[in-house]
Amino acid sequence: MLRFLIRRLIVALLVAATVMTLAFAMTRLSGDLAISIAGPSATQADIETVRKAYGLDRPLVTQFFDWVGRASVGDLGESFFFKRRVSELIGERLPVTLTLGLTGLVIALLVSLPLGILAAVKENTAFDRLVQIVALLGQAMPSFWLGLLLMIVFGLQLGWLPISGTDSWQGYIMPGVVLAFSAIPALTRLTRAGMIQAMASDYIRTARAKGLSRASILLKHALRNAAIPVVAIAAVQLGFMLGGSIVIEQVFALHGVGFLAWESIAKNDFPVVQADVLVLAVIYIGLTMLADLLNAVLDPRLRGA
Amino acid sequence: MRRGWRNAGTWAGAIIVGIAAFCALFAPLLVPHDPFAQDLGKRLLVPFWMPGTDPNHLLGTDQLGRDYLARLIYGCRISMMIGCSVSLVSGIIGITLGVLGGFMGGRVDDVVLFAITTRLSLPVVLVALAVVGLLGSSMTLLMITMGVLLWDRFAVVARATTMQVRNLDFVSAAWCAGCSRFRILAGEVLPNIASHLVVVATLEIALAILLEAALSFLGLGVPPPLPSWGLMIAEAKDYMFFSPWVIVIPGVCLFVLVLGINLLGDGLRDMLGARSDT
Repeated sequence: MLRFLIRRLIVALLVAATVMTLAFAMTRLSGDLAISIAGPSATQADIETVRKAYGLDRPLVTQFFDWVGRASVGDLGESFFFKRRVSELIGERLPVTLTLGLTGLVIALLVSLPLGILAAVKENTAFDRLVQIVALLGQAMPSFWLGLLLMIVFGLQLGWLPISGTDSWQGYIMPGVVLAFSAIPALTRLTRAGMIQAMASDYIRTARAKGLSRASILLKHALRNAAIPVVAIAAVQLGFMLGGSIVIEQVFALHGVGFLAWESIAKNDFPVVQADVLVLAVIYIGLTMLADLLNAVLDPRLRGA
Repeated sequence: MRRGWRNAGTWAGAIIVGIAAFCALFAPLLVPHDPFAQDLGKRLLVPFWMPGTDPNHLLGTDQLGRDYLARLIYGCRISMMIGCSVSLVSGIIGITLGVLGGFMGGRVDDVVLFAITTRLSLPVVLVALAVVGLLGSSMTLLMITMGVLLWDRFAVVARATTMQVRNLDFVSAAWCAGCSRFRILAGEVLPNIASHLVVVATLEIALAILLEAALSFLGLGVPPPLPSWGLMIAEAKDYMFFSPWVIVIPGVCLFVLVLGINLLGDGLRDMLGARSDT
């Protein structure tokens, strides 16, 4: 187990280091950052001033190791636009994104676990087919469009929920539902497949032969085994949701890290952009590691891998 | 019964994709109006099912008086172009990596797996937005950026299927016959995993179309005045509370097209007997 842990940790650190490099390279793609920061009406002297002020006159290698060295200890630099520490900015905005992501995940699980279990129990019936159709529809739904439709219906016409903002918890309902939509198809299919596989196994036959009740077989024996991949994928899906929440934050004007990144891209505020990419990637890496650990704890057979 | 239902889905998907492909190919011949021609005297005309419609503009006009139907048909062309080219770029990257990793195993496979893990940890929408934001939006840049970001599923499936095929008898036979490594990969392995890859390619086209729409909606995808469906929704957003149809029409098109491609992909998967874990 310890060896597994250490190996997993080393891979995670290597991935994080690679992401750091990619995030740095990405912001340097445009060639000369000083020109973009100074703006279209800047004179040559202005550009030189900007270049000096932000340390862009140093060799690229120096800039790179400076960024890696500082970022590794949590110093993500200073925002050009907000004139504040990037780590502070992200720290302020992160709770909004995390709340949104967790809301989305909870809604997704509340929908897809029962649907997947029922579809598996009623395999090849009309209900099963209906669930599969719902999953297909969910997969094809453009999230930003669904968000706008919900705003029109529930925000404007029915007036049940606020259209934007995070003043109250109600503000998270619509964005949470929209975000959940992206994870529901995969989670439902996985629950269904896992349950079908579990129900066909020997230990379920044994449980049946013992005369256990249907509910006990389903929930205690089958679900526990089917849940292993679902738990793992749920953690990974949360990572994807946090990364993808930028679209939904923009639709509902939620000021999370995604919204921050969107603003910063428009303003050429590259320290914020590269830090944002790094933070979201590190959260994802952490979540996948958590998923692997959970798997290993729940299913000892996986520890050797 | 089950088969019949499945077939109906596949047919529906094939018909939707067929219509979309037709629209994309013959857009200039099909459009009733120039999709870029503005007419401020005819702003936000309503579509045919609402009272007070203009028979010249079946689906009405947008906030600049451009014909909505014409823009939709051209938007279909853009979606299909983006979907196919992104799938091609990501397919080349993903299949190369996946087949190499699956076939060579060992160190090479470790590197491929690491690349897949790293790619998955990058927030796609954010990175694509940042690249387009820094370099300025153009169709070519958008296709390349998305292609470079979306190869993960190709790589995962190509790697897994190559591993299954690698140890089969006909590959061993080819080794014994003295075939080169390249010949075995191109002549024996690739044809045998192709059906799985076709399925991934269809699903990837759908994914790329959705991502393009999201990027265009955020203002960093297809540059205006090109009529991308995502961009049409973004431009119409300010009017959606008074005339909801302005966002409903392009959204329904997007939804139906992606649904059609997914249905076709699922149907192909059943037909080709390819079982992919996604």
